[in-house]
Amino acid sequence: MSNTSTSPFDIEAIRSQFPVLEREVNGRKLVYMDNGATTHKPKAMTNAITSYYETINSNVHRGVHHLSQRATDAFELTREKLRAHINAEHSYEVIFTKGTTDSINTVAWSFGELVKPGDEIIISTLEHHSNIVPWQMLCERKGATLKVIPMDDHGVLDMEAFKALLNEKTVLVAFNHISNALGTINPVKEMTALAHEVDAAVVIDGAQSMPHLNVDVRDLDVDFYAISAHKMYGPTGIGALYGKEEWLNKLPPYQGGGEMIDTVTFEKTTYAGLPHKFEAGTPHIEGVIAWAASIDWLNELGMENISAYEQELLEYGTEALLSVEGLKIHGTAPNKSALFSFNIDGLHHYDIGTLLDQLGIAVRTGHHCTQPLMNRMEVPGTIRASMGLYNTKEEIDTLVAGLNRVIPMLK
Amino acid sequence: MSESIAERTDDIVDEFDMFEDWMDKYDHIISLGKELPLIDEQYKVEDNLIKGCQSRVWLHADYDGEKVQFTADSDAIITKGIIALMIRALSDQTPQAIVDADLSFVDQIGLKEHLSPTRANGLVSMIKQMKFYALAFQSKQA
Ligand SMILES: Cc1ncc(COP(=O)(O)O)c(C=O)c1O
Repeated sequence: MSNTSTSPFDIEAIRSQFPVLEREVNGRKLVYMDNGATTHKPKAMTNAITSYYETINSNVHRGVHHLSQRATDAFELTREKLRAHINAEHSYEVIFTKGTTDSINTVAWSFGELVKPGDEIIISTLEHHSNIVPWQMLCERKGATLKVIPMDDHGVLDMEAFKALLNEKTVLVAFNHISNALGTINPVKEMTALAHEVDAAVVIDGAQSMPHLNVDVRDLDVDFYAISAHKMYGPTGIGALYGKEEWLNKLPPYQGGGEMIDTVTFEKTTYAGLPHKFEAGTPHIEGVIAWAASIDWLNELGMENISAYEQELLEYGTEALLSVEGLKIHGTAPNKSALFSFNIDGLHHYDIGTLLDQLGIAVRTGHHCTQPLMNRMEVPGTIRASMGLYNTKEEIDTLVAGLNRVIPMLK
Repeated sequence: MSESIAERTDDIVDEFDMFEDWMDKYDHIISLGKELPLIDEQYKVEDNLIKGCQSRVWLHADYDGEKVQFTADSDAIITKGIIALMIRALSDQTPQAIVDADLSFVDQIGLKEHLSPTRANGLVSMIKQMKFYALAFQSKQA
């Protein structure tokens, strides 16, 4: 396929960084198309984990000894690399969390302390449960109201409806940069500007955008941006919350414990400054340090190159899939990431997924943690093939051939 | 359909032994699903839904004082095929036989390990529900 690709990177060299892609599943070569759930890891990242434990393992920010200093330096270097990667102004605006869900819950709790009865929070139809439930919990806790931006049949949010929802009672707007179920890329910059006209804070669920797009939080002007490392070729159990300094200073800490304090007496505790105020307890040190290797690796390839290559896969795959009889693609936004959510006329998504698995093809089936969105589209679920930067057009051909084999079996 | 449950499940194991490739086994399961007699629409209600399936499964049981008859349906055809296997093993048997049934054939044909975790859970729920019905009929009789 490299002969038909205009992308400047060498797909075979990339794939060789992922030993798991060589393995067989059910006697066939693995075709991994569940990158929306989690991506595989390049050797540079897994090597960094081993190297951390073999050379500098110790707790961070605490020891006077050499190893602790080395570990702390490496830990803080990731913060700086992530800052540069998303173009935040200060590295202390990057808070390490367990992942996107944890980041959103952090904001929902801390920001929630400032919310009053009658305030309004806006989310969108496209949201993952982790960008719905924390806001519902907050609304229940504080007597606020949750409003939802509707979308059209392509999976594009209705900007006029969004404008109509915004008013002086709106305190916060939360939506994803890229929809995990449909692939829609939302106009974050434009929507943020609209939200700021009524002084609402903007929280972006960046779980799906970080592996595919060049994200510039200052250009987007968002107030918060939630990230999972494991969806961007990094380790599981680690993520980040970007927050503008003025917001992070204004919000109370989410959890109490070690690391996040300045002084503690039984009468009163004063909190540490940023970012430590939001990082209680011993962090996921190994995860943070190894994440830097994934970030470096992505930057060596170049986010723009990755986007361009994946857009090729999107174009190729859309056409190839539409050749399959009875196949309907859900999510046809003009601005979309390389993700195919689809159903086959008259067949159950679960049957298709089960049989594709027998052929070594890993897709996800079901509601993708977006039940309200599935209800809006009036389907119980979809089959989702979500591309990563190591997928190829040949693999898309394998998917199409697989579908053409299993569909007649089920008819 | 007068053989014992053990005879029926032995037959099922033999039948699956004939296929080498799991694609062929699935093909067989799918054809069993297609042949599954239709459930009476009145039984496709929320109350008869089995929890723990990613696809929806409705199970209904009738008891004539001697034997239990199961009917079921699902929106997914592979699930329906698996139900067909269970019905073939357990339907038209006495409550006592159903309660006592040894269902190791499920493991012998490799079905459980070959199912996704959600579907394997669904299968476990289905078996539990069938035995539960039999137990209820048995205690009614006692
Ligand atoms: C759009 C979106 N938001 C949030 C999440 C939750 O991410 P995590 O489970 O890493 O916290 C996901 C993961 O599936 C996602 O796709």
